[in-house]
Amino acid sequence: MRILQIDKKDWSAGLEKSRKDYTLMGPVKEGNNVSKFKELAAGEEPDFSITTTTMSPKSVVFPQSEVMFTFTTDSASADCNIMKVPEKSYSPRAVIGIRPFDAVAMKIVKMNFDTPDYQDPYWCDAYAACTFIGLAITDPEACDFSTSTGTGPFDTSGLDVLLVDAGDYYLAEVVTDKGDSWIQSASFDQEADAESVEILHSMRKEAKKKIESTVEFANIDKKETLDLYNEKYWDSISFPCLNCGTCTYVCPTCWCFDIQDEMAHKNGRRMKNWDSCMFPNFTIHTTGHNPRNTKLMRVRQRFMHKLKYHQSKYNMGIMCVGCGRCVTSCPVNIDIREVCKQMNS
Amino acid sequence: MHTYIDKIREIASRLLKEEAVEMVIGYQEGTLPMISPPMSVRSAEDVEKLTWSSHCCINLANYLTDIKGKVAVFAKGCDCRSIVNHIAEGKVKREDVVIIGVPCNGMMERRTISNIFGDEIEEVVEEADGTVIVRGKGREEKYQKSDILRQCCRVCVHKNPVLYDELVADPVAIPEDIQRYKEVEKIEAREIDKRWKFFENLISTCIRCYACRDACPTCYCPTCFVDEAQPQWVGKGDDEPDVMTFHILRAFHTAGRCTDCGACVSACPMGINMRAFTKKLEKDCLDLWDWEAGLTSDMRPALETFTPSDPEDNFK
Repeated sequence: MRILQIDKKDWSAGLEKSRKDYTLMGPVKEGNNVSKFKELAAGEEPDFSITTTTMSPKSVVFPQSEVMFTFTTDSASADCNIMKVPEKSYSPRAVIGIRPFDAVAMKIVKMNFDTPDYQDPYWCDAYAACTFIGLAITDPEACDFSTSTGTGPFDTSGLDVLLVDAGDYYLAEVVTDKGDSWIQSASFDQEADAESVEILHSMRKEAKKKIESTVEFANIDKKETLDLYNEKYWDSISFPCLNCGTCTYVCPTCWCFDIQDEMAHKNGRRMKNWDSCMFPNFTIHTTGHNPRNTKLMRVRQRFMHKLKYHQSKYNMGIMCVGCGRCVTSCPVNIDIREVCKQMNS
Repeated sequence: MHTYIDKIREIASRLLKEEAVEMVIGYQEGTLPMISPPMSVRSAEDVEKLTWSSHCCINLANYLTDIKGKVAVFAKGCDCRSIVNHIAEGKVKREDVVIIGVPCNGMMERRTISNIFGDEIEEVVEEADGTVIVRGKGREEKYQKSDILRQCCRVCVHKNPVLYDELVADPVAIPEDIQRYKEVEKIEAREIDKRWKFFENLISTCIRCYACRDACPTCYCPTCFVDEAQPQWVGKGDDEPDVMTFHILRAFHTAGRCTDCGACVSACPMGINMRAFTKKLEKDCLDLWDWEAGLTSDMRPALETFTPSDPEDNFK
């Protein structure tokens, strides 16, 4: 598809223009220098100075807490015990500045929420509403190992548009019709010249070269599941783990959730909240038995799921895009790259 | 620092060779600059993996809770007080743990230094004179260690281990002019509405990963109140009152037991200073009952006991 050139001084006006058709979402900084994706208020712009947001943009379609139904147990009410879907808006939302690996992560999460047999309506509707206007990574962070997971700093496979910061202007590679609609809504219409297209290609090559961090996982797929499961190294890998939910919550591909009913007097709501395989409560049975009752079992499960089971089940690589968030956020520095190396060796 | 590391390895090696302990708990080198994660060593051949740095922010007492067998642990002043607390509360038997005290001049946090430096950090070098050189891509900055220490370390008056079997080095000097509760007094001075707003802002980025709780040695309840299903004390979503309930209740559970080790803050992926809650409770325990956590295992922590002479000013 076409490649456009957007002068940076026209950027804000274009963004504002697109608000008539889209809700805008993008990366913003909050207190303590942490960052996440959220809806951009009027006049607020996505902060392109952030390479990897502290929290991944998975919340754009999979919020940490979401009301699925509301209900009342009041027998005097005609609606007694009837689950009602609260009103939600799935009008078009443009996610501006999502990084290529995070958009690929969305596709991985889709494998869980949108299957031939089951579709999670909340996730699917939110995903369908999104147009992903990605921002290429020209200066990768030290923990970015996305090139070895099958994506990379300029990967367009999860995106509708790829923006490249080329100094005074952005180059916008339009990937899908959905992306083209947003470009039109923002009234960006200057076609890039041949020279700029060349710049885009050379920047793509440069950025890839800058990524020094790598993982290899081909052997993991070949190994017997039980051999990996019984490895001695799980003891040392899991020892420092606090069993907090940080790695799973910052991860763009972790999709697990819990369903909770919250009641106030006779009115209630059914919530879908993020959950984490790191928590003992994740697997505890109503009998009190917990099949994953040790830290070692939980840590092993997380890495086996990401690096082994996902490959075995889908034959589409690992369940990790190499964003590096778990590496930088883990309070005890459990490094998936090191774990992957051990499992692959 | 090198003398500390040599001594740490020597002690660990000796204890393992003599079979005095089954396991030594210490710190290892991290894969990123400015982080030294906990590790356990079971054989003398592996003691070379043990290290010490100014980034040993996680409290190792947390790894002793209900542990089986005899273990040795390297403990800073705060870790040591947490172990004393564990002993007082029956979570560790004194005879099961060999405490190797490490006099401590304070720790530095990756997050804080990253925020100060601004860019990604590639290397940090600490000079003997207290200068810390931080290097990033094509840039280098120098800081004084005392200026970039963790908040809890800046106001620490228990830098030296209080209970130990041996020491890694001579005790360090405690500065006399430390204003322990300056931060708390600032919060106390706010009007009540503004104080509440301050706490609301403080926790506004909380994602309920519970890293603070899980890094805390005093948070060892078999089932934390936030994980209870019947009764469900608190909602599990991201509603502000539920998040606030978690933080306030957790803080109260640690009252009179918290040693201000700062592991909660260091562990938080969102950089929340939940010490703003716990430090106030520490101050109250000191003011009301002259109680400081983890200095003796002969007495129950402040909120677990009472005497007829207790002041009643706190009942309002």
